[in-house]
Amino acid sequence: MSQKHIVEARGIHKHFGPLHVLKGVDLEVKERELVFIIGPSGSGKSTLLRCLNRLEEPTSGSVMVDGIDMLSPKTDINHARQRIGMVFQSFNLYPHMTALGNVTLALRKVAGKSRAEAEAIARQALERVGLADRADHTPGQLSGGQQQRVAIARSIALEPRVMLFDEPTSALDPELVGSVLEVMRSLRESGMTMIVVSHEMGFARNAADRVVFMDNGLIVEQGPPAAIFETPAHERTRAFIGQIQRH
Amino acid sequence: MIQTFFNPEIIVAAWPIVLSGLWNTILLSLIVVPLGLLGGLILALLASIHHPLVRWPLMAWVDFFRAFPPLVLLVLLFAGLPFAGLELGGFACVAIAFFLNTGAYYGEIFRAGIDSVPNGQVEAARSTGLGRLQAMRYVVLPQAVRNVLPDLLSNTLEVVKLTSLGSVVAVPELLYEARQAQSVTYNPTPIVMAAVIYFLILWPVVRLLSRLENRALAGRR
Repeated sequence: MSQKHIVEARGIHKHFGPLHVLKGVDLEVKERELVFIIGPSGSGKSTLLRCLNRLEEPTSGSVMVDGIDMLSPKTDINHARQRIGMVFQSFNLYPHMTALGNVTLALRKVAGKSRAEAEAIARQALERVGLADRADHTPGQLSGGQQQRVAIARSIALEPRVMLFDEPTSALDPELVGSVLEVMRSLRESGMTMIVVSHEMGFARNAADRVVFMDNGLIVEQGPPAAIFETPAHERTRAFIGQIQRH
Repeated sequence: MIQTFFNPEIIVAAWPIVLSGLWNTILLSLIVVPLGLLGGLILALLASIHHPLVRWPLMAWVDFFRAFPPLVLLVLLFAGLPFAGLELGGFACVAIAFFLNTGAYYGEIFRAGIDSVPNGQVEAARSTGLGRLQAMRYVVLPQAVRNVLPDLLSNTLEVVKLTSLGSVVAVPELLYEARQAQSVTYNPTPIVMAAVIYFLILWPVVRLLSRLENRALAGRR
């Protein structure tokens, strides 16, 4: 096991005013690994995810992604962020653009591709999420599941080295969740490194390499899904898993 | 009655003067509206920095020029600046006064528009590597402008109406020329002509505005 870590976060603390949201979190992720982060709301899992691409500025600690020191003032953060895709709970598609426009924007303005190049790449990305025929639709004309898949296409078009998913299916009607999970599964099969904050335990069980349980700003325990779900070592983990499995 | 307010001979005689006034009003509007929009955009972009060192002077600036009556500002520039050795023409004074006054109003409208765009939009843009200004330009501003289009148009309507203030500092716009014609002919017909022309050019804008407002209301439902 000499695979190198593509993500290395160490000693991450985050304060929001008087709130101490992350209390010294270490997270290492290997290339091609799929890590699932679970935990009660307010446990800091989304904040941790957002610290990895510096959407939140950690109060202290260090974050290395693909060899780049994300928190160094010398780092060109806009350049670094192209390597880290992010998918949000509320999709955050640009409503004034078509699906194609959503995917091409960063390709053209950040990656510096011509319009024709960007559109060719974007159409491929939309094809990968099964929405080639929706390229000219605006977000308002798409279902929630389709919107989230466009959001995934927007990220993968930039060929990121890591993808972060922040509760990607929480805002979806139950019948639309499957299509998004299917896209995530195919990404996983293509070897994408993924860090997923989600309550989709079924997906975690059969797709994740590792499950991380967080509570109260700290990682309580982590391990293979079977170990965390069947034989959790900590009482808090057991209580949390019992709770969500009852639903 | 018709002889007094709609005198046909005077209409014919005053027409060239009133027409040249109309052109100047249009020209003035074409200068002050873009100036005000530009000033407003700059103020709103500065406001989006959210830094106390920017925020407080900005708030003072906007408050000051919104509270200051534009006519007083205009007269002050026109009659006061020569005492400071700076003699600007009426046209330049109108342009500056409107930049200061309407810029502050447009600025508040743009700011409200920018605030109306959810933060998630910026986060999505930044997460794909767009810089702060790129996110503003390509993602936030287009949505912001669309969200406040009725307010921008409504303010523009007010600005065009306010160009009649130029008459006070001898800018030969529509009202000024109409009054010149009136004083020459000793008849109010030219003023009536000006009033009708103002109505005719602004009424379509008012119609458009109410359609936009109705659509915005329907969209919210």
